[in-house]
Amino acid sequence: MNIELRFFASLREALGVSQESVSLPDNVTTVGDVRDFLVARGGIWAEALAPQKVLRMAYNQNMSDPGTALTAGCEVAFFPPVTGG
Amino acid sequence: MTIRISADDFDLSTEVALLRAAQPQVGAVVAFVGTVRDMNDGAAVAEMALEHYPGMTEKSIQAIVDQAHTRWQLFNTVVIHRIGPLLPLDQIVLVAVTAAHRGEAFAACEFIMDYLKTEAPFWKKEQTPQGARWVDARATDDAALAKWQGQS
Repeated sequence: MNIELRFFASLREALGVSQESVSLPDNVTTVGDVRDFLVARGGIWAEALAPQKVLRMAYNQNMSDPGTALTAGCEVAFFPPVTGG
Repeated sequence: MTIRISADDFDLSTEVALLRAAQPQVGAVVAFVGTVRDMNDGAAVAEMALEHYPGMTEKSIQAIVDQAHTRWQLFNTVVIHRIGPLLPLDQIVLVAVTAAHRGEAFAACEFIMDYLKTEAPFWKKEQTPQGARWVDARATDDAALAKWQGQS
């Protein structure tokens, strides 16, 4: 399945990427699986997206949790806790 | 209701006038304005930059405002949030609501701000004498949100 990835704020800076289209293997079916898939790239990906890092995630521009199921062409975003207002 | 994400500044009087124009049923207007401080977490802040997630930002604020309108009898709401570079003294955010009575207006305005602080995808980066740093989320913001949960 192909999905769109978005990264923001300190995570975007750490990865040096703000968005990316990615083709996922069949065993990647949830937002949490996407995180694991990216961690498996190693290097800065493993560091910046490590399980102990507190990150928020969004599925199609709604806050989501790791269990949210993916759909073809969906947009998944990872970012640090928000600090607006 | 109006939701605006903009690099441009806003004028409180103009926004409040628009909010309650030709609405004689309004008896209370509550407005909150957030501004840039020159000090945060013990460091002097020379400048700040606000990043956001276009699309999700508007959608999440809309959902928060909708919740407020479900919870309280409100007539109108405006939320303006600035993005891009900002300096100490600059205005960052405006939340203003109108209702028949002050109780609902005060509560709804605080509710919208508390949710915006924890759910709307904005991030602040500060320039300090020690260099640039991303602002950390505060536990007090989650605590502020918790007080609205578990109440009907």
